[in-house]
Amino acid sequence: MSDIKLNFEHHHSAHCENGVISNLFKFNGLDISEPMAFGIGSGLFFIHIPFIKVNGIPGTSYRIWPGQIFQRASKRLGVKMYADTFRNPKKGKEALDAVLAKGIPVGLVVSVFYLPYLPEVFRFHFNAHNLVVYGKEGNEYLISDPVMEHVTRIHEDDLMRARYAKGTPEPMGKMYYPTEMPKEIDWKKAIVEGIYKTGYDMSHIPIPFFGSKAIRYLASKLKDYPEKVGDRKAALYLGNIIRMQEEIGTGGAGFRFVYAAFLHESAKKLNSNWLQDKSIELTKTGDLWRDFAFKAGRVCKNRSADKTSYKDLSEILIECSHQEEKLFFELHSKIRTI
Amino acid sequence: MKKNEVPQDITKLDKGPMNWVNYVTDENGNYTKEISNGWEPENIALEQVWEDVNNNVEATRQKVVNGELSPIAYYLEKNLMDIPLLASYVDKWQWQVKRHMKPEIFKTLSKEMLEKYAFVFKISVEDLINNSSLRK
Repeated sequence: MSDIKLNFEHHHSAHCENGVISNLFKFNGLDISEPMAFGIGSGLFFIHIPFIKVNGIPGTSYRIWPGQIFQRASKRLGVKMYADTFRNPKKGKEALDAVLAKGIPVGLVVSVFYLPYLPEVFRFHFNAHNLVVYGKEGNEYLISDPVMEHVTRIHEDDLMRARYAKGTPEPMGKMYYPTEMPKEIDWKKAIVEGIYKTGYDMSHIPIPFFGSKAIRYLASKLKDYPEKVGDRKAALYLGNIIRMQEEIGTGGAGFRFVYAAFLHESAKKLNSNWLQDKSIELTKTGDLWRDFAFKAGRVCKNRSADKTSYKDLSEILIECSHQEEKLFFELHSKIRTI
Repeated sequence: MKKNEVPQDITKLDKGPMNWVNYVTDENGNYTKEISNGWEPENIALEQVWEDVNNNVEATRQKVVNGELSPIAYYLEKNLMDIPLLASYVDKWQWQVKRHMKPEIFKTLSKEMLEKYAFVFKISVEDLINNSSLRK
């Protein structure tokens, strides 16, 4: 295969999935920012399911599961996507090369563990990372990884390992790219639908594992960690909450700032002072989340058996939960009237 | 978070030239992007995870050197894997992988099986068998 280098513009982003959506759509002529992609794709969420353990630590997430932002954003914007997996690695590679040869940049789902360009301390077995391949030179693919400041490259063998990582979920060589872009975009409709869904997810799901209820649920579990699992594990559990909250450059507020940026941009697009007020409110909640992470970090570091510190942290979470419940309840009930 | 509050906290971990994009508000309350190269709570959480990993790797290394476990156990920890994950990489049941971690069973493994493990761990078969490198 001869060398290919597509004229792909790389934008450094806070998060991989939004970043890939934004970068791929921009290449195809649809100018959309990262927060816009995140908001229209209803990316913001909160999940805490203590009995689903990841490496022995209760699962917590500040956003919707991988792949959903993409699906929702393209549906609401009217973008038609091609997406496929390949059980046979050889076929997966051929398919990728064939599409590149046609001059199409391709989105891939990969495991972070096998990306040599990332510093070792960030390489865990996380199998739902997204990046764009925009060319090939010799036996190296040219990569636009949204969380990297600049474009990079990767040896074809390493990319194959990353695409065919095992575990949950298995990427199975998944690749995707837009096939048809909309002629006109009804931004208002897309934004309203995105906000309506997030409003529902955060304030109306009648199960304690999801939405703002789950933040309270986590708070109730958190305050008993030292007694229930011991100091060492309690610190690991708490560290995991911080890491999920930070999850690659979300500003320490678990995507709350990205969503506030989305509300801010939407307010301008739709000329709505109300949305701007909501953006300011969410920024304040984001700052509270940061406060939580900061204090939690100190608790982790001290490893103190101090029960009160966990109780204090739990109270901050309860406050976060109330603020978000109120905010998203209001967004859900009023967004369709603007 | 305001633009001038974006943290730039350093850590003892080698993070290379990684920077994160943060969404922040500027002096007029407009959202904008700003680069951060680290934040204390995140650094603490990450250091804590690696301390835990390194402790496990070291404890397993001791057991391999003492002949209680086969080198597979060491490389499993070194590669941040667990038994279900390793089993799916080498196309075996979990109980088989557990068995392969016994030194006496490990000695009887076929060349193909050893090659499979070596490929997953990105090392040569010689390095896998020869555990002298694990003795410090």
